[in-house]
Amino acid sequence: MRDEKGARVLVAMSGGVDSSVTAGLLVEQGYDVVGATMKLFCHGDEVPDRPCCSLDSINDARRVCDTLGIPHYVLNMESAFGRDVVDDFVAEYARGRTPIPCVRCNTFTKFRDLVHKADAIDASWVATGHYARMVRGELHRGLDPAKDQSYFLWGIDRAVLSRLMLPVGVLTKAETRERARAMGLRVVADKVESQDICFVPNGDHTVIVAARLGSGAPALARGNFVRADGRVVGQHEGFVRYTVGQRRGVPGGFAEPMFVTEIRAATREVVIGPRDELLGRGVVARELRWLVDAPDVGARVEVQVRHRAAPARAEIVRIEGDEIELALDEPVSAIAPGQSMVLYRGDLVLGGGVIEAARRALPVLAA
Amino acid sequence: MNSIYLDHAATTPVRREVLDAMLPFLRERFGNPSSMHRWGRDARVALDEARERVAATIGARSDELCFTSGGTEADNLAILGSWHLVRETRPAVVTSPSEHKAVLATAHRVAHEGGEERLARVTSDGVVDIADIERLVDERVAVVSIMWVNNEVGTIQDVPRIGAIARARGALMHTDAVQAFGKLPIDVRLQPIDLLSISGHKVGAPKGIGAMFVRRGVQIDPLFHGGTQDRGRRPGTENVAFAVGFATAAELVVAERERECARLRALRDELQEAILAAVPDAIVHGRAANRASHILSLSIAGIDAESMLMALDLEGIACSAGSACQSGSIAPSHVLSAMGVRPDLGNSTIRMSLGALSTAEAIRHVAARFPALVNKARGFSRAA
Repeated sequence: MRDEKGARVLVAMSGGVDSSVTAGLLVEQGYDVVGATMKLFCHGDEVPDRPCCSLDSINDARRVCDTLGIPHYVLNMESAFGRDVVDDFVAEYARGRTPIPCVRCNTFTKFRDLVHKADAIDASWVATGHYARMVRGELHRGLDPAKDQSYFLWGIDRAVLSRLMLPVGVLTKAETRERARAMGLRVVADKVESQDICFVPNGDHTVIVAARLGSGAPALARGNFVRADGRVVGQHEGFVRYTVGQRRGVPGGFAEPMFVTEIRAATREVVIGPRDELLGRGVVARELRWLVDAPDVGARVEVQVRHRAAPARAEIVRIEGDEIELALDEPVSAIAPGQSMVLYRGDLVLGGGVIEAARRALPVLAA
Repeated sequence: MNSIYLDHAATTPVRREVLDAMLPFLRERFGNPSSMHRWGRDARVALDEARERVAATIGARSDELCFTSGGTEADNLAILGSWHLVRETRPAVVTSPSEHKAVLATAHRVAHEGGEERLARVTSDGVVDIADIERLVDERVAVVSIMWVNNEVGTIQDVPRIGAIARARGALMHTDAVQAFGKLPIDVRLQPIDLLSISGHKVGAPKGIGAMFVRRGVQIDPLFHGGTQDRGRRPGTENVAFAVGFATAAELVVAERERECARLRALRDELQEAILAAVPDAIVHGRAANRASHILSLSIAGIDAESMLMALDLEGIACSAGSACQSGSIAPSHVLSAMGVRPDLGNSTIRMSLGALSTAEAIRHVAARFPALVNKARGFSRAA
């Protein structure tokens, strides 16, 4: 049933060009396509140009589906998204970390909750507009290196991979826009892309943190800039505004440019140092998940600690429960707790986790 | 059977007779009723006739009927318009938490403007507690607003009795009769009602036309400001074609009321029994109360209404859940929470509303398919 033409596919549609073309390509291939837009947060403070989730975007998705001649539904997933994604986002910032809500949205909202909706309508497949590829049931990087979004997808339940379709992963963004025009999807073909987090107004995450925790929360309170040895070198207006590797907002007057190297939430200290203090030789991650059969300790992998960072060669030195530790062949800069650590072999995504800590010294194989 | 419309409480198709009656006023008889020339006269006569005809369907006189853009405007105009004029001495309005948002939000507006909003309790059957009305309505209340037939669960309120209580304390009685019109006998000569709202598109007229009954002697402060149309109560060039269409639809629905309601009640009850037989733990809201003939609201533990509605729609069966919000997604129903329905059951609620398009064949098809979809939805939510 599911391999036949005419099998049902639920496509997550944001109202943007990528997911619209995803739906269009699947219609062209003869699938029974059903579009769904997830409403993830309240539209009380309507921002007209938000990339997705706004009323305009929902309306765009509906118009695209109408053009394609397929049904479209709006799914209210506000409460689960608030619990699984927004609450965690706020809690992570409060701990001095730098979360990636898109990863959790993929893990929990799109590829768990939305898959349940797909089950309920007998859709054997689920598709999204991510720039990544499914190759023989395995997740690979998107072909366009400038657009590759595989970094955000490591948390998907492995069982879901066999029902996942990512048809724009073989296209470049320009090709996707071209396809949109060819399909007559003028509403979305030239839509501007935004890098902002969908529920964060004007790209300022402190607004959400303040709204949830109150403006008096420790994360938003004044604290000290310190050097690694504890010397106080200035004051900041809340560590929530900083992330490891950040240069903006850091005090000047030093011989070399200074960067945030660590955030100590317990004492509200933001540690700063020159570029070489940003370097890590090892990385520890938690919430480990494999999308392939788990490699053994000692396996060689490529690791990416940030979206768009170049992959670095590494060796797995420890796996304990859902925690993993890697030794890096060469030092890697700005390993930020809360970001994702994704393991690759070439284009193949092996798995990933959430960065817990960087190791300054090279970790050694335990056994 | 690949398209079954079971959402008549949301809206209904325009009847052919209605469209036929309207078309001349969109074409050659296009005049502005306020103009003095022949086109104007022609439109004015048609408008006055339409007003008289709609008024007659509820036992009102022509001057007691004000055309509006629909039920929401009529509710706003009735409540705010009457409250504004007496707010110094009677600052309060009384309503219930199971009202349509058009009434609830207007009551909130009253509170926002410095008045007072009093909400009467609703029982688990969806009936407004009369004792609570007795307690809340005093000499400081300007208007009592209680909807006649609830749009989500179909329960009928004792509007004449509540009206008598309001009257006895010098307050005005308003009822949102949008779902009651064409379903219950309405005669304002016999019923203690001062203000009443009805809507065209629920009874086979187009969206964008409704009416408010205002009893003679009741003063209303207009919401809009402009010309003297409709005695100054509702300035703006009148929508003649739609008023004529509404008059035609109103006459038809009232003439057909008894027969059509008996037909719908039989089909609704058949559908209800078939579903209960197959899904014995389904909860029928308002079952113990008087219910209008066209609404069936069911909560089924363990199903996700959103998924169920998608599955139904993909089979060509159109129903609804709770109240839809602007995005088209489902919002938790304030009516069900007012009735004390558990939130998890509130998210498991499907409303089916019957009407002109509900044939016996269609209802039997739904009765046969619905339980299978419930079982499937339950299987998945358990697996999840």
